[in-house]
Amino acid sequence: MIDLAGLAERLRRVTVEVSDGGESLGSGVLWPRGCVVTNAHVARQSRVAVRLVDGRRLEGRLVARDADADLALLRVPGTGIPTAMVADADAARVGSFVVAIGHPFGVRGALTAGIIHAMGPIMPGGRPWIQADVRLAPGNSGGPLADASGHVVGLNAMIVGALALAIPISRVTQFVRAAGVEPM
Amino acid sequence: MDGLLTLSNELAAAVEHAGRAVFGVNARPRLGSAGVHWRPGLIVTADHTVQVDEEVTVTRPDGREVTATVAGRDPAIDIAILKVDAPDVAVADVGDSDAVRVGHIVLAVGPGPRASWGVVSAIGAGRGARSAAGEVLNLDLTLYPGFSGGPLVDVQGRVVGVNTSGASRQLQLAIPAAAVNRVLDELGRRGRIPRAYLGVGTQQVRLPEGLRQTFNLDQPTAVIVVDVQPNSPAAGAGLLIGDIIVSLGGTSITEPADLKSVLRPDRVGESTIASVIRGGEPRDLQIHVGERARRT
Repeated sequence: MIDLAGLAERLRRVTVEVSDGGESLGSGVLWPRGCVVTNAHVARQSRVAVRLVDGRRLEGRLVARDADADLALLRVPGTGIPTAMVADADAARVGSFVVAIGHPFGVRGALTAGIIHAMGPIMPGGRPWIQADVRLAPGNSGGPLADASGHVVGLNAMIVGALALAIPISRVTQFVRAAGVEPM
Repeated sequence: MDGLLTLSNELAAAVEHAGRAVFGVNARPRLGSAGVHWRPGLIVTADHTVQVDEEVTVTRPDGREVTATVAGRDPAIDIAILKVDAPDVAVADVGDSDAVRVGHIVLAVGPGPRASWGVVSAIGAGRGARSAAGEVLNLDLTLYPGFSGGPLVDVQGRVVGVNTSGASRQLQLAIPAAAVNRVLDELGRRGRIPRAYLGVGTQQVRLPEGLRQTFNLDQPTAVIVVDVQPNSPAAGAGLLIGDIIVSLGGTSITEPADLKSVLRPDRVGESTIASVIRGGEPRDLQIHVGERARRT
């Protein structure tokens, strides 16, 4: 049985919408210990609004931001919602099935599906990406790229041509740890 | 849940399996293309990406660059064959393209390997010259830069076609493996890929309703002969300017490009029947398919 709807539902719960109170800025992923990870280009202010899947709006406080890595970490009050499951660093393989969840053009919780296209830099010597053959649009930034079992393999960050670029999850966990939040 | 995981693992295994036989082809400026190690020592790629006539550089799956030579071309179906000495590189697992159905999940694999996925959206005659491949596979997937000439792969990692970005970016095509096999068979048999030659110039004409009913024809159009070259197979068969060619070798001819689809390389040297209408009367002419002189 292929239960894509169930996979989408579970991922929607851990995907938040980041906004400046009015305009949607992008997506984010619920992280353990009351945190949300997103892109630095999504969270530019010290305080942003975080909207949960159930419609609750919380204040997110920026605790770490790395513009080069395009990562930001927000603190939110207790949500009571289970946080994202994170994939093993070596789980991603070229050709394996992935889904993206986010809010492209403000469409909440939109699912797109595809496969991993390649892993590594776009140009020799560049930074490593998970390159995915998945349709993304503005608003997907900061949202999860997840595997067939719902484990997050990367954080969607960029679109190059038709290709989705996600920050490998190992890089995200490293960033969170460097910010002083230990994994559970 | 388990179904998705199984599918995911199968897709990744298919890419890995097919990727062992994928070469990078560097035979045009700037953007390289892909090639499939189809038979030992023979790489299949897209003809339009091979812009040099003799030696090309190819990148093996392990990243090493080696030299290959152009062994033959069939521009009618956008296929070129390169000869390479790489006995240690895996040969592709070529599948049965006739078993491909609309809706099947397929993967396009490029050098690296890199991959994209999608479905077969239609199977049918291509437009213009590409219809020479017989039925082409129309794909709903993204052919990324450098994917032309690479394999279209089924979920088991078997090569069922060769990708070639179509005239538009929206419509992606693959030449079925069966058509590629025919080209390779021809190369093996003759040592080269001949190009068929009739020596006739044609234009499309509409068939009047009366004519269609009289001769029980389904097709709305045919081609009219506007030129016959002297001493050509067409002249030898007695084709005349003004003849309307309705079919060739039993295949309906509705536009000039249809002649190309009948005149496959393997027809060179064979005799076939041209059904024509001359002065309102049907005639069958026997025509000996010649070979186009090669550029030197």
